[in-house]
Amino acid sequence: MTSTQPTPQSDAPALRLRHLLGIEGLSRPDIEALLDLSDRYVDINRRADKKMSSLRGRTIINLFFENSTRTRTSFELAGKRLGADVLNMSVGTSSVKKGETLIDTAVTLNAMHPDVLTIRHGDSGAVHLLAQKVNCGVINAGDGTHEHPTQALLDALTIRRRKGDLSGLQVAICGDVAHSRVARSNIHLLSIMGARVRVCAPPTLIPPGLERLGVEIHHDMRTGLADCDIVMMLRLQNERMEGSFVPSVREYYRLFGLDHDKLSVAKPDALVMHPGPMNRGVEIDSDVADDIDRSLIREQVEMGVAVRMACLEVLAESQLEPWAKNQ
Amino acid sequence: MGEESVSRTLFKNARLLDPESGLDAQGAMLVDGARVLDIGPNVFVDAVQDDVHVVDCKGLCLAPGLVDMRVSTGEPGNEHIETLATAAQAAVAGGVTTFTCLPNTDPIVDDVAVLEFVERLGRDVGLVNIHSYAAATKGLGGKVMTELGLLHESGAAGFTDGGKAIAHPLVMRRLLSYAQLFDTVIIQHPEMPEMVGSGVMNEGETATRLGLPGIPAAAEVMMIERDLRLVELTGGRLHFSCLSTAAAVNAVRRAKASGLRVTADTAPPYFSLTESAVIGYRTFAKLSPPLRTEEDRNAVIEGIADGTIDAIVSAHIPGDRDQKRLPFTQADFGGVGLETLLSVSLELVHNDQVPLLTVLKALTQSPADLLKLPAGRLRKGHLADFILFDPNRAVRIDRDELRGKSRNTPFDERPVQGRVERTYRAGNLVFDIETSPVPERRRFPDA
Repeated sequence: MTSTQPTPQSDAPALRLRHLLGIEGLSRPDIEALLDLSDRYVDINRRADKKMSSLRGRTIINLFFENSTRTRTSFELAGKRLGADVLNMSVGTSSVKKGETLIDTAVTLNAMHPDVLTIRHGDSGAVHLLAQKVNCGVINAGDGTHEHPTQALLDALTIRRRKGDLSGLQVAICGDVAHSRVARSNIHLLSIMGARVRVCAPPTLIPPGLERLGVEIHHDMRTGLADCDIVMMLRLQNERMEGSFVPSVREYYRLFGLDHDKLSVAKPDALVMHPGPMNRGVEIDSDVADDIDRSLIREQVEMGVAVRMACLEVLAESQLEPWAKNQ
Repeated sequence: MGEESVSRTLFKNARLLDPESGLDAQGAMLVDGARVLDIGPNVFVDAVQDDVHVVDCKGLCLAPGLVDMRVSTGEPGNEHIETLATAAQAAVAGGVTTFTCLPNTDPIVDDVAVLEFVERLGRDVGLVNIHSYAAATKGLGGKVMTELGLLHESGAAGFTDGGKAIAHPLVMRRLLSYAQLFDTVIIQHPEMPEMVGSGVMNEGETATRLGLPGIPAAAEVMMIERDLRLVELTGGRLHFSCLSTAAAVNAVRRAKASGLRVTADTAPPYFSLTESAVIGYRTFAKLSPPLRTEEDRNAVIEGIADGTIDAIVSAHIPGDRDQKRLPFTQADFGGVGLETLLSVSLELVHNDQVPLLTVLKALTQSPADLLKLPAGRLRKGHLADFILFDPNRAVRIDRDELRGKSRNTPFDERPVQGRVERTYRAGNLVFDIETSPVPERRRFPDA
């Protein structure tokens, strides 16, 4: 950022989004606008005084039907730094009947006039469903194995700040793609931005028809990582697995766990990312994860707050538009 | 029954359509009480006697009442979803004069007492002919055979575990063998449960984009091919319901060519919709088997055209809206279909894919013959169960105008061509679009 002290308040984002339910459907200019705005917040977040007032008076509710620490904290911090009132609601996942109360919960919260609802749910499409039932903005903070748009945006911001541009980069997404909403959002976003995406995983963890999303599919880390600029590792999601997808963690680590040896076929300046939480010794070796020259993992967390500030601001502003009112 | 006391009625100026005789001609039908006295282009209409009531059909199509061999209601057990009476209202509005209920009610129709109870409820409704299948296995558990003989004697139209596949090969083998004692039919929902797993829609690109667990097309044909071996082994008679994939249609086509005693049906969603109807997590398009691809859809149409698929069924599954207003994975499977059965099936005719008489045969004569029911034809001496329909009338399907109790149709807002105008059962008018206004009720909230 070359301009002196950019202040988002004086330069309100032009982008308007009713909801942010997924990356699929966004355009390249939409994404660029969100990343540009996020970039400014990165700088502000590094100042001693981080508090702003652009969302003063607005109410944001974080509604999490699935356990989460980092994403919820990140959204909470983002909202508070913009001056909004932020309320966290964690709805237990233990109740079998959670689905029955899903719409009722949203309608109840909606009656309290929040400006933005941030929702995470274990079922694909649940956030989409709730967005139809409320008249505030909705941000998808992860739904089932569908999408996790703010994660893809923060990954893109992290890459862009290191590499300058996403276009033309070779990105390898490795691991449990089948159960990953992060992978889906990243595939959409990177493709829209002109990066080349390959996916590397055992065939049992590649969802059918994935090649139709425009990605190259590899089953060997040596070819999958060859000459790539970015390696995105995914968590092996044991909790989402029904049946046996890989024979053992030991075998998985041997074949698909990222260590310096496997990374050596990538470009010498290739960078490693992981959405967290990591399973060290399962999909990633600690030597790689903690390598300050290669790993962007901590930076991703930092970018997360900035990206969520940008998303919250765009959505909150969009609710003031006339078309948002008569929904 | 006092049939003789009712005067004769002449339905003149109709386009007579009877798949059994291949009749497709302008003409008239004379009904005496509950039965057809005469039918054809040459029925004498000019010098009718005074005691004959004359109905001018004004060129409408006159066809046998539809026979729907796959209907679920909520009765007994879930009357808030649909009763036999409300299903009958929906049926006559769709031109269906005979339907057969699946046994997956509460209690399950797996013994004589429950079967006779359901049959009595059906008779009491009166509006249409209601038959019932019996469960093939006790409690639909897939393990222990029900009393096929006693149930057959009590009127079971056939044996099926409803929407559950008869998964165990040995159980299926014995059912196919034993059922031959009574020459009754076993009806299979062909899906290998282990391959379905937690799947909720067709496996492939769309499911991957939506992040929904998929059901591979192979789950269907794997079960069919296994069952075909068992039919070969036993010489039994097996019917596959709701074919949805190209592979399944091809497998059944080959089996028929080799002389196996197999038959099949499909339902309108499988020849008029594809998996793209699910996009946006539309739970009303969550069906079992799931909606498939365009290639599969076309194969199903070919199967109807060449007779591989014998019958078209509504696969009517009424659903509580609370069971549909859920995240896609949690929502129930199934949609209503009685009222839209003919209208959507006529798309095959309007698209020049299947001749009108072939479509009607799959909706009338074939299912009646499959279940050995005296229905589905316009023949002298037979009960006068028939419909008058306008094949060209343009209408838009509106779930809030459905007459059944549940409104979970996958066809909401679909423009269709063709509508049932009047339905007669045993010579009596049981539905008339002019005098049966749409029930006044609250608009259905979005699902």
